[in-house]
Amino acid sequence: MSQSAADPRHLRTPPKRQLRLSWADERIRAIVWQVLIVGAVVGIVWWLVRNTQHNLEVRRIATGFGFLQREAGLPIGEHLIEYTPASTYLRALTVGVLNTLKVAVIGIVLATVLGTVIGIARLSKNWLLAKVSAVYVEVIRDVPLLLQLLFWYTILQGLPAPRQALNPVAGVFLSNRGLRLPFLDWEAGHSWALLAFVAGCFATWFYARTMRRRRMQDGQPRPIWPAALGFLIGLPVVAWWLGGAPTGVEWPALRGFNFQGGMTISPEYFALLIGLTTYTAGFIAEIVRAGILAVSQGQWEAAQALGLRPGTVLRQVVLPQALRVIVPPMTSQYLNLTKNSSLAVAIGYQDIVSIANTTLNQTGQAIEGIAIIMLVYLTISLSISLFMNWYNSRIALVER
Amino acid sequence: MKKQPLRLAMLGTIGAVAMTALGVLPAAAQAPAAGGASILDAIKARGTLVCGVNTGLAGFAQPDSQGVWRGFDVEYCRAIAAAIFNDANKVRYVPTTAQSRFTALQSGEIDLLARNTTWTLSRDTSLGLDFTGVNFYDGQGFMVKTSTGVKTAKELEGATICVQPGTTTEQNLTDWARANNVRFTPVVIERLEELVSAYAAGRCDAYTTDVSGLAATRSSQPTPAEHTILPDVISKEPLGPLVRHGDQRFADLLRWTHFALVAAEELGITQANVAQMAANDARPEVQRMLGKNGGLGQMLGVPNEWVVNVLRATGNYGEIFARHLQPIGIQRGPNALWTTPGGQQYAMPFR
Repeated sequence: MSQSAADPRHLRTPPKRQLRLSWADERIRAIVWQVLIVGAVVGIVWWLVRNTQHNLEVRRIATGFGFLQREAGLPIGEHLIEYTPASTYLRALTVGVLNTLKVAVIGIVLATVLGTVIGIARLSKNWLLAKVSAVYVEVIRDVPLLLQLLFWYTILQGLPAPRQALNPVAGVFLSNRGLRLPFLDWEAGHSWALLAFVAGCFATWFYARTMRRRRMQDGQPRPIWPAALGFLIGLPVVAWWLGGAPTGVEWPALRGFNFQGGMTISPEYFALLIGLTTYTAGFIAEIVRAGILAVSQGQWEAAQALGLRPGTVLRQVVLPQALRVIVPPMTSQYLNLTKNSSLAVAIGYQDIVSIANTTLNQTGQAIEGIAIIMLVYLTISLSISLFMNWYNSRIALVER
Repeated sequence: MKKQPLRLAMLGTIGAVAMTALGVLPAAAQAPAAGGASILDAIKARGTLVCGVNTGLAGFAQPDSQGVWRGFDVEYCRAIAAAIFNDANKVRYVPTTAQSRFTALQSGEIDLLARNTTWTLSRDTSLGLDFTGVNFYDGQGFMVKTSTGVKTAKELEGATICVQPGTTTEQNLTDWARANNVRFTPVVIERLEELVSAYAAGRCDAYTTDVSGLAATRSSQPTPAEHTILPDVISKEPLGPLVRHGDQRFADLLRWTHFALVAAEELGITQANVAQMAANDARPEVQRMLGKNGGLGQMLGVPNEWVVNVLRATGNYGEIFARHLQPIGIQRGPNALWTTPGGQQYAMPFR
């Protein structure tokens, strides 16, 4: 044994070789190449920055982000936070980011639901359902998104004028100015209820997790829904009641040119949302179909042999396994949807690109404007990627 | 109408940023600093003038059925080319959107911008550009459907208004609305065709832009009588060609070409009679202007008979106006010569 330990062939670490200053040495070669490439990249970046600075200076073009604090003076049709033309450029850009998020988040949720339904429908044994889904996917995927957006926008513009607005339900008006809905006369009580609902969501999640852990220990089934009902509905109602139980509702009414009061969904937002949702759903459907087909036939048969109903087989056996195949390409689709929302410019929805474009044109500071757009998309996209990667690692097959 | 590649503005902006970064055009990049090698010399060496114009605005810049650019702004490009090369066709036209125009000029993609651009202090200073004069005095107005019965802009309370982004128009609109306590909902679309079709489809109650632009849009509607331009003018919009800051010689040439066009109208020199006037007219100012005397062209860096070349190509200011703007219903108004009441077009002396 002592002999074998001394034998260098049995050592775990390879013997240290001396560095020879020669091109024949692999490590020296590697180091030289890496230094050269890093040096070249740094040099090019430095040259670009210097050249830009020099050119801007020579042409006396203003630089820096000082303009963010200046008054914007831009009209913005839709804003989630308080905004007037007297607000600063920073505020205008924030409104743009929120508008982008508003369409991206809701679009992702709707596209996922619609895409999953169509993907499953395409595998259905019902001939008509399967064919309709197939046609949907093929048509939607093959037409450029920009055309689809213009198509939806043109259709919505074809709706009647406000005075002849469609009025399907009392208080709901559909015209070429968008969809007007009655909305709560927002008061503090509503804010409290909303806050309580968010707290209720967390409580439900936490409760479900604890109950599931207990069930794993003793095998006793514990229904979650009674407590969830209390958390999700009871808590907000109590908060609303404690907040003074406000009941005011703002009804839209035709005054002058347009409806006043209530809540509006503008044609621009609606066209963009429909366009992005239906387009991305076409791709998601195919991803879902591929994911389901990737689960081997044996899994279906085994589950059916246990006497499970087809719906249960799909939900409890097949989809969880399919998710492992579905999630990574789904991340790309979510990123695509978010970035495609920049086509909003074409139909006049004021997202971050639209507002940053106007800003850079008003201030003449193109480099700063483009940098802001890139930063915003990079942040949103990286957040989506991080979340999806976390989710992916959670559902990944645990191998023992 | 010539179709523009989709999202041209965005690409143009990014391209321009990239160009600024890379300094793709080293001659242009160094010219303003050195002050010697001028834009004018670069144009002469290249053999063509690169002129930024509108993507398509009736009367100002629009390609005709043969794809030849025509319009009021286009005539200014042709005039400069005629002054430099004695050939008004040595121009390459680059259509620019409201948003891509300044970066196109800053980056050296175009030599001059003749595109209904309003002269403002911040554009003159922080953009690194120079305005060379006012070839069209304009003001912002509103157009509504005649059927709405609106008579003045103040009645637009609560209206939805279509407006193009990235222009002084949208800032004037918000200024005016704040000053007059008018609340409105904006619809902001970048491409003019989309914006006008949104207005025509009834998405907006009113469309606002410079009155000249309204007249151009109105004339290109299927039934112009269905649209009314309101009498209110809510801003001053002095429009004129502009160049990069730092090359005074080229800016001088633009400035004096405009003055030459106006002075020619004042002196009665037209496209038809310019050759005969150059030969026979004995008035000293005409002789100086048409290059018989004084060597004025040389001082600008162009041939002495440059004004003759310009007028042969385009005619005088009044002729250009009559050819392109009067057919679409724009009257001379403030753009008449200073010698007529209310007119503001005034040329500095050729001496």
